Amino acid sequence: MKFRGKIMDVACLNHFTRVITTISKLTKMCVLRLTPDNLFFVLSGKVANGGVSMWCELSQENFFDEFQMEGVSPEDNEICLEVTPENLSRALKTVQNAKAVKLKLTKKHCPCLTIAAELPTLSSVSRIVTHDVPVDVIPRRLWHEFKEPSMPDFDVSIYLPPLKTMKNVVDRMKNLSNFLVMEANLNGEMNLKIDTDLVSVTTHFKDLGNPPWGDEASQDRGPSQIRDPDAMAQTRVDIRKLQQFLMGQQVNPSKAMCNIVHERVVHLILLHEDVSLQYFIPAVA
Amino acid sequence: MSSMWSPRKMGYTIPSGPAFRCKMAIKSVQAVFRSLATLEKTVEKCHIELDEQKNRLTFTLHCKHGLMKTHNLSFQDSESLQAVFDKDSYANVFRSHPRLLVDTVVHFSPSLEEVTVSVSDDQMWVKNHVEDEADRSKAMLTELCLASDEFDNFSVQVHNSVTFCLKELRGLLVFAESTGLPISMYFDEPGRPVVLSVTDSVLEGNFVLATLSDDTDQRKNNTKRARTTPPPAPDDFMNDDMDSYLIAMDTSIMPGPSASRPPSPPLVNSTCLNHTAAANHRTRLHSEEEDEEEETVDSCGPPNKKFCSLFFGSVLPPSSQMTTQPLTGQEVLASDSEDDVQ
Repeated sequence: MKFRGKIMDVACLNHFTRVITTISKLTKMCVLRLTPDNLFFVLSGKVANGGVSMWCELSQENFFDEFQMEGVSPEDNEICLEVTPENLSRALKTVQNAKAVKLKLTKKHCPCLTIAAELPTLSSVSRIVTHDVPVDVIPRRLWHEFKEPSMPDFDVSIYLPPLKTMKNVVDRMKNLSNFLVMEANLNGEMNLKIDTDLVSVTTHFKDLGNPPWGDEASQDRGPSQIRDPDAMAQTRVDIRKLQQFLMGQQVNPSKAMCNIVHERVVHLILLHEDVSLQYFIPAVA
Repeated sequence: MSSMWSPRKMGYTIPSGPAFRCKMAIKSVQAVFRSLATLEKTVEKCHIELDEQKNRLTFTLHCKHGLMKTHNLSFQDSESLQAVFDKDSYANVFRSHPRLLVDTVVHFSPSLEEVTVSVSDDQMWVKNHVEDEADRSKAMLTELCLASDEFDNFSVQVHNSVTFCLKELRGLLVFAESTGLPISMYFDEPGRPVVLSVTDSVLEGNFVLATLSDDTDQRKNNTKRARTTPPPAPDDFMNDDMDSYLIAMDTSIMPGPSASRPPSPPLVNSTCLNHTAAANHRTRLHSEEEDEEEETVDSCGPPNKKFCSLFFGSVLPPSSQMTTQPLTGQEVLASDSEDDVQ
């Protein structure tokens, strides 16, 4: 099992660092899956993290100038590591001016992901800083827990309003209630609602647009069950989970959308040029 | 940590008699010299007078237009607590612009308590010090190597390692950087303090930091360092012994599709991922599955219903390079949505 990657472009390094920093804001620990073409940061939904799950996919060739890996075996050509993304983020943030940054799987006092950066200096010799981030290797028999999540049979799919606006709204609502209802329809309307004994607050978003894949999904239902475009699909979620998702975003995505399975789950999807992030927040009673 | 300031003798009046010592709140003195810009524009002269009777130090700022600002600051007597050190007798001496050290400490977590500095004839290593044995296996280790030619002066007589408080170092670096004065670092064996010194024509500041004294643990680390001083191996991708470690750790094979057996409870807990290779091996032997042909990886739903294939297939134009699956022949199968969400 070997892994070695090298980033030499400063913009790639910056982008990679920002992705990892976003992940670190979403979860304390996650699984890093390495394949010859991709890196995945995976959080599988467990009671411990409130049932929230995450799937972040990066295409390695958009970040790394060199990328070599040998998985556990030729048939299972993958590496699965449990890692604390904050450590990676901290290490990467301080080496943004490096000439080159290498990521390696190493065995020090325990298995580590080592980040070695070559820093520019005035002298003839480059300065090298290494960060050994301890990781846990995940055995193959557990790999099935970290597979790409299937697209849920959503009731409504809608583009999100600007994340910053959403974050402002959710931040204020969090002061009033622990739970928030997200609802949306196929007419590009979305509402964020809270409802307590003392007060109800609803924020309305209009003209958001709906992703055009509704057709394929609605084929499930058959022609007699085409959804009424005004009908709202809603899910009640823990507001902190939604806030955590919004807080972590560092870069404006090129596309941001949300699938709602009525009273089941909110599936948030952010797309950047070379990174996709999916986040599932389950419904609460 | 203690610090001492002494104005150099040239060009300044110094009261004769026994040396005077007192201590005052820094904030009070800061209040006198609050705005540097204002001071430079309006103050012509600053008069400092000691009133021993009233236990007061009086700062009088003579400003333009005949304005005079008088600040009376009370002080407390202080015991003369002086660190015992003789930096000129120390074995290792280094001098550099503060920027070098500032660029070094930036790589360490702001919450890090202590840092270890080790030297050889032409290199200095700075790494974070991990207190607890328990933390050592989980902690992130950061190490930075500085070459001797990055320093103005690099003189090593003994290959030593000292561990001292990083927070204090950060504090004095802020000061040194603002003055732009070179910092000299003196250290000797572990246990004896490390002295950082900032000097110019009007002042000499010595920052004396205690170091961890030598114990067996430290000595072990020191000898290990001596052995590993050679320059980093040229790209040790092929040299890491992960393979042998992994072979010991993981002898299982992919289990068959989960549909063929009852869903297993979440297994990702610490007992499965502990570090002892032998223990892992034992755990794995107990739960090893029979040899099965590996069937389709995703058994919980139709393989096409992944985000990528649905999204890139339908939203982007067919010519897009991001499409992972061909558009035609995409069969949407009904599936049990409950399984998907889990």
